[in-house]
Amino acid sequence: MSDRGYPDAVADEFPPPPTTFTDREDREIEVRPYEGDDEAREALVEMYDSFDPADRAQGIPPGGEERIREWLEAILPGDCYNVIAWCGDEAAGHATLVPDGDAYELAIFVHQTYQRAGIGTHLIRGLLGHGQANGVEKVWLTVERWNRAAVSLYKKIGFETSDAESFELEMGLRLCPDPDEETDGSGEEVDGPDGDQ
Amino acid sequence: MKVLCGIGGSDDSFRALDRTVERAAVANDDLTIAVVDNEDSETSPDEVADRATAAVDEAGIDAEVRRVEGDPGSRLVEIAETEGFEEIVLGGGHTSPMGKITIGSIAEFVLLNAKTSVTLVR
Repeated sequence: MSDRGYPDAVADEFPPPPTTFTDREDREIEVRPYEGDDEAREALVEMYDSFDPADRAQGIPPGGEERIREWLEAILPGDCYNVIAWCGDEAAGHATLVPDGDAYELAIFVHQTYQRAGIGTHLIRGLLGHGQANGVEKVWLTVERWNRAAVSLYKKIGFETSDAESFELEMGLRLCPDPDEETDGSGEEVDGPDGDQ
Repeated sequence: MKVLCGIGGSDDSFRALDRTVERAAVANDDLTIAVVDNEDSETSPDEVADRATAAVDEAGIDAEVRRVEGDPGSRLVEIAETEGFEEIVLGGGHTSPMGKITIGSIAEFVLLNAKTSVTLVR
């Protein structure tokens, strides 16, 4: 879809994974790109199979192992970008960029056991760093209006609302400059402290 | 039951058409299919109407296929109210590349404004 809106300004630079940090519950968490291995996929199946349906967003993640596997088959392969937040060998969270024309659709999930510990911020920054490293230019997402935690996270990252007329908010982020357009070339890196910690 | 099925040519509207026609054949519904203007649809209203007529003929039921011009959501609500329909049936939304369900603007309007029950077909 090409008629979505994106901010004029390019977003900050995000750190490409792998990154490690200690969450607010003193757990060691590592954010790593998904490299197509079976173990990581199985860890995601396990995470989503015990995911609280109350935290579903517009029908995803689906319920039941079979549907979860079908869904993951659509969003894990080659042209998608995925990162996983690991606590030991357990998947605590997962974020993904799925191609949609000249842009990518973003979604992020943190398992209930690991919520409200600052993992979402690290995870989305890791995903966007992974996207930047691979030249992803534009990212969009939809989020339910009542999901304030998610909306404020996306705003903090730099997403701007592009469509507020539906049940869901649509937001956009410009991750890399459009190669067809002139850039101001200031080259300044602004990478402020992580306000979530 | 007296059923009004609104279709504009999106994939989910055709799914709603097929399911509603199927149900009408079994339940003996009094069905009217309203072909509305959906600006997001690439299929012309004439083609949509042809497809609806074909579905009705194939099912061997007696249903009216009617072309409805103007704002789709408000016209559907108005027709349902003035003609005593008991239910409005619409497509249940499209799915993003990620798999997220998004309800179309016509369905949003009808859901919030209709006095009848509304069925969104998934």
